[in-house]
Amino acid sequence: MAHPYIPNSAPRVKAEMLREIGVRDVEELYADIPESLRFRGKMNLPEPLSSEYELRRHVEGILAKNKTCQEYLNFLGGGCWQHYVPAVCDEINRRAEFLTAYGGEPYEDHGRFQALFEYASMMGELVDMDVVNVPTYDWAQAASTSLRMATRITGRKQVLLARTVGPDRLSVIRNYCRPDIEVVLIDYHLETGQMNLDDLKDKLSAQTAAVYFENPSYLGFIEPQGEEIAALAHEEGALCVVGVDPTSLGVLAPPSAYGADIICGELQPLGIHMQYGGGLAGFIATRDEERFVAEYPSRLFGIAPTVVEGEYGFGDVFFERTSFAQRERGKEFVGTATALWGITAGVYLALLGPDGMRELGQGILQRSQYARRRLSEIRGLRAPVFRGAHFKEFVVDFTAAGRTVAEVNRALLDRGIFGGKDLSAEFPELGECALYCVTEVHTKADIDRLAEALEDCVR
Amino acid sequence: MKKLGLIVNPIAGMGGRVALKGTDGREVVARARRMGAVPESPRRAIEALERLVGLRGQVEVVTYPQEMGEEEARRCGFEPQVIGSIRPGETTAEDTRRAAREMLALGVDLVLFAGGDGTARDIYDAVGEEVTVLGIPAGVKIHSAVYARNPRLAGDLAALYLQGKATVREAEVMDIDEEAFREGRVTARLYGYLRIPYQRRYVQGLKAGSSPGEESALQAIALAIIDGMEDDFLYVVGPGTSTRPIMQMLGLEYTLLGVDVVHKKQLVGKDLAEGQLLELLEGRRAKLIITPIGGQGYLFGRGNQQLSPRVIREVGKENIIVIATREKINSLRGQPFLVDTGDAEVDRMLSGYVRVLTGYDDWIMYRVTG
Amino acid sequence: MSTKLRRFHQARWDEPIIYELSTEGERGLLVSQVEEEIEKAVGDGLSEIPESMRRERPPNLPELSQAQVLRHYLRLSQETLGADLNVDIGQGTCTMKYSPKINEQLATSPKVAELHPLQDEGTVQGILEILYKMDLFLREISGLDQFSFQPGGGAQALLAIASIIRAYHRDRGEAHRDEIITTVFSHPSDAAAAAVAGFKVITLYPDEDGYPDIEALKEAVSERTAGLMITNPEDTGIFNPRIAEFTRIVHEAGGLCSYDQANANGILGITRAKEAGFDLCFFNLHKTFSSPHGCGGPSTGALGVTKELAKYLPVPLVEFDGGKYRLNYDRPHSIGKVRSFYGVVPVVLRSYAWVMSLGAEGLREVAEIAVLNNNYLLKKVLEIPGASAPYAPGKHRVEQVRYSFEGLAEETGVGTEDVQRRMFDFGVHYWTSHHPWVVPEPFTLEPTESYSKAELDEYIAILRQVVKEAYTDPEKVKNAPYNSVVHKIDHAALDDPSQWAVTWRAYLKKVKGR
Repeated sequence: MAHPYIPNSAPRVKAEMLREIGVRDVEELYADIPESLRFRGKMNLPEPLSSEYELRRHVEGILAKNKTCQEYLNFLGGGCWQHYVPAVCDEINRRAEFLTAYGGEPYEDHGRFQALFEYASMMGELVDMDVVNVPTYDWAQAASTSLRMATRITGRKQVLLARTVGPDRLSVIRNYCRPDIEVVLIDYHLETGQMNLDDLKDKLSAQTAAVYFENPSYLGFIEPQGEEIAALAHEEGALCVVGVDPTSLGVLAPPSAYGADIICGELQPLGIHMQYGGGLAGFIATRDEERFVAEYPSRLFGIAPTVVEGEYGFGDVFFERTSFAQRERGKEFVGTATALWGITAGVYLALLGPDGMRELGQGILQRSQYARRRLSEIRGLRAPVFRGAHFKEFVVDFTAAGRTVAEVNRALLDRGIFGGKDLSAEFPELGECALYCVTEVHTKADIDRLAEALEDCVR
Repeated sequence: MKKLGLIVNPIAGMGGRVALKGTDGREVVARARRMGAVPESPRRAIEALERLVGLRGQVEVVTYPQEMGEEEARRCGFEPQVIGSIRPGETTAEDTRRAAREMLALGVDLVLFAGGDGTARDIYDAVGEEVTVLGIPAGVKIHSAVYARNPRLAGDLAALYLQGKATVREAEVMDIDEEAFREGRVTARLYGYLRIPYQRRYVQGLKAGSSPGEESALQAIALAIIDGMEDDFLYVVGPGTSTRPIMQMLGLEYTLLGVDVVHKKQLVGKDLAEGQLLELLEGRRAKLIITPIGGQGYLFGRGNQQLSPRVIREVGKENIIVIATREKINSLRGQPFLVDTGDAEVDRMLSGYVRVLTGYDDWIMYRVTG
Repeated sequence: MSTKLRRFHQARWDEPIIYELSTEGERGLLVSQVEEEIEKAVGDGLSEIPESMRRERPPNLPELSQAQVLRHYLRLSQETLGADLNVDIGQGTCTMKYSPKINEQLATSPKVAELHPLQDEGTVQGILEILYKMDLFLREISGLDQFSFQPGGGAQALLAIASIIRAYHRDRGEAHRDEIITTVFSHPSDAAAAAVAGFKVITLYPDEDGYPDIEALKEAVSERTAGLMITNPEDTGIFNPRIAEFTRIVHEAGGLCSYDQANANGILGITRAKEAGFDLCFFNLHKTFSSPHGCGGPSTGALGVTKELAKYLPVPLVEFDGGKYRLNYDRPHSIGKVRSFYGVVPVVLRSYAWVMSLGAEGLREVAEIAVLNNNYLLKKVLEIPGASAPYAPGKHRVEQVRYSFEGLAEETGVGTEDVQRRMFDFGVHYWTSHHPWVVPEPFTLEPTESYSKAELDEYIAILRQVVKEAYTDPEKVKNAPYNSVVHKIDHAALDDPSQWAVTWRAYLKKVKGR
């Protein structure tokens, strides 16, 4: 029986093609592979589910074991966040044309180029920068690449990172910087979470290529010292690199306003489902200066004229990018990453517009403030742990309640709630703390339900 | 309107068919004619010009009379502006030089010339790098890299350049002593560089973000060499545009066509001959930095005879650093590097594989044959 | 029977840039409103933010109603040639095969889409089971011992591989090993990833027969050799028959061997990494394993290693104790992370479903038909004037071929890039090669198992037509395309810092002078 995915497995066609090639069987086509390398066993794989119906039953059966954030009430964030995904975003990224296109030229794939150019244009407005790349894997990769770019631009080999950068992301950065680039962490103030500027001054030197911090930070607080940090970095000839959650930028100042030279961050909150972390996509943005543009390893799509007056064409900007840092061993290679999520983020920004982004940011602020207030009323809980402004996430301390986060989360789970991320191993100095995330998907009732459940758990 | 200068050396290529290896010198031309040689270059020039007919009306052709270009241009339907004067049937090298100079003065955008190595040398003598030129291969000897691989490709490249779709690069002009060549000895030297069009590829890099250019690669190679310099070694820097960035980056004077020596990043010998090199190398450890010369991949024996078998032995095979960009390697189309030092034993010693530095910490393994 | 050429014209909407469609005051989506009680309790939410951290001017985003946004993007989608719509055999090395729709439905179900990566393990047993079982499948397919799905694509998998090689030598006290060997027809990211990880790279060129040069390898290895990172079959579609000798030579020199199996489409069930002596490998699940390419991702580079190297794999790994699946973070030798969380899970799910629909025999059939299709195509292409297949003349190829139109270019002045643009007029892709070109005037075709003979014949007929035009009317080909979305593009501005524009705002400033 010919398999539905393999048209030429139909015996007559197969025979005809073999005849045309001039061989008796397919084996002859593998003549270059020596017998000693031939796999003559049978791969131990399950018997195939030959009908589509059986396949669906089988896979859905496995997936049914999952409990989703639609079924449970979710307060997890920490690098992947639950936001509302507009229907049009899904409609567009499921279009067969976009879903199954790949590396065509700016003629037959003009639409792909334009959609990604428009994505970059809208992200550029959000962060107030003129150059934005075709997206990379995730925020962690975007930060890693931004830091490597900074080392190439400055010709220096050390980067300073806020200690409050998430450990998951930090691990990616460390691996990506190894072995050429030294990663040094800058202390933070326990009361505010904010960067310790004295420690920064101590560690900044003529070896420093960049200072990196995030706004809002992994721990949810807003770092208000951006201007001072950038100024200190610039005084030493280093660049200021800032990671950012774009959902905050309808209400928060873009990092370019306080001196960031390179901005990076995560696109997942912009209309992309969480997908167990599979929806991540990273962006990088800079000013339109040749020394920055030259160091992007990513594709950059630009507008170009065609032979027809008034027609928009596209193409790769500065394709033969002459790096100013020749000692850099090779250029980072960008392969297939997350273009489809770039297109999706563009659709999201077009749908929301300037008012929508402001309302989104403001609504998140209000809900998150409400949640903090409700939680802080619970005996034994401290929320937020850090003094100062937050965006959608905040740290809750259970130490005084005499409960571990793990215990609390187990109890919440029994009540159909995913409690905040356990920070006790990542930031032991904070005690029994968890990172809670509140977004526009949470209603007052949801937050009240959490508060009541927590009250119940720690009683 | 763009201006194209056209120069046909009408006698180039006559020697080949009658195995005379070149037509430098009147006597040889006469001998070739007596042996029944017919001019090759007009036919080849026409082949190239045919690829330019699409540009008629957009390009003005400036050329010399009769067989030096006028006839070929008219055959292809151009209405050329004809300058200068010649003695038909008795054109000389001086005619080529004069034509090139006059075309330069008229502000042509490109000089397209049909000839061989001798013609390229004449063009070089007349205009140097002041104007972009391109050779249509028509001579017996084509060791110079200023020629397109065949006449049609010369026409295509010229068309691209005139349409503003090509950049320029420097290419080697080789000088081979024809007398010696006829006697079976090759004594080629690097005569100079001309500016020729270079086709930029505008295709998109499927998934790649960008591709470093050739210029960038040369800079990286130079940096790698300089970063690796050790104080107890002399560095013998061979001729060519590939080694030039090393000297430029060190801020040293250099001899593009000759051999310089560097020690502790200072110049200790400039444009040295074999004897001077041997004197300097005596009892010292040295590294020799070379690049394949011309379009044919010669490492030794073409254009760098100063680097004689004795010099090579003195330095030692392990101390030879070969540098080249990937573009240069790819232009060899899989042909191995060649060595022809004049000493069979040294050629044998050099044969096998060599590491070639193609970027910063980027090497290839490449074959060398004698 | 001659194949009919389509009178194709791609959708050409002449679609404005989205900013040109903006009308002040229009809304595409309303955001969920905050309840009054919340507003009463906390106020406007903004007052907490220090003044200096508030956004002064709203971002200049376009303002469009919902249907207008939808229509704009639908038009752009129509101006994009997805694999679902064309005989997509022209993007060689990319394995543009059919991505089954059932797998799309499964991958986009809320049971996957609405999972947060930090949920309690007990609530994600289904997805962990998929990850675990797909690991088992790939062990069978490769012969290696454990896989990680964390890398978000081939380049990231290669970076992880280079990191593991580095960690391995460091742990053995051989940190001085700093050279990686590759071949010129391996994918260029093998060399690039090694370089980013701090290695020097040595590239081998083909020998006279077009195979990777084993004598050059012998010359290249030394006590500095850290490893070999290569593709096989190479981008030329030529299988290196001495591959086991290659890995032996590198092992004897003390290095590790990594097999770039981004594209393994021609050898599933035919030959494996294990038998060829490799220590590491990776598969691109968006190529061989059918996940769609999404205009360039999301994707997965599934990374596999031998038992000896398993301790270096990125954290966490999925384990199964017979009752429950769990994520194991307790891996002290791990290189750490290369991507956040666990990778692009829906891509793994699609691949799982694809393997489940085929089984062992089916996978082998995929490979055999992909090779059959490729050699059929090879025969047909070589009948076209001006086309050739450099290296290994007369030999069969595996899953793809890098052809050359050098002959055509010399005879007609029409180069491969001209042919490329003209092919778009017939509704198909056509790719040349990576830069810099080793094969002159290259083009790379990979028919996979997904296209019917009639479709292959159609592609050939188009290629023949374009070549015929090159001989009879070269200017027509050089000035193409005519029936594509846009006309011939002038690239000069894209290389000029004073003119290039990566965003609309840059375009308005630099080109329009606003």
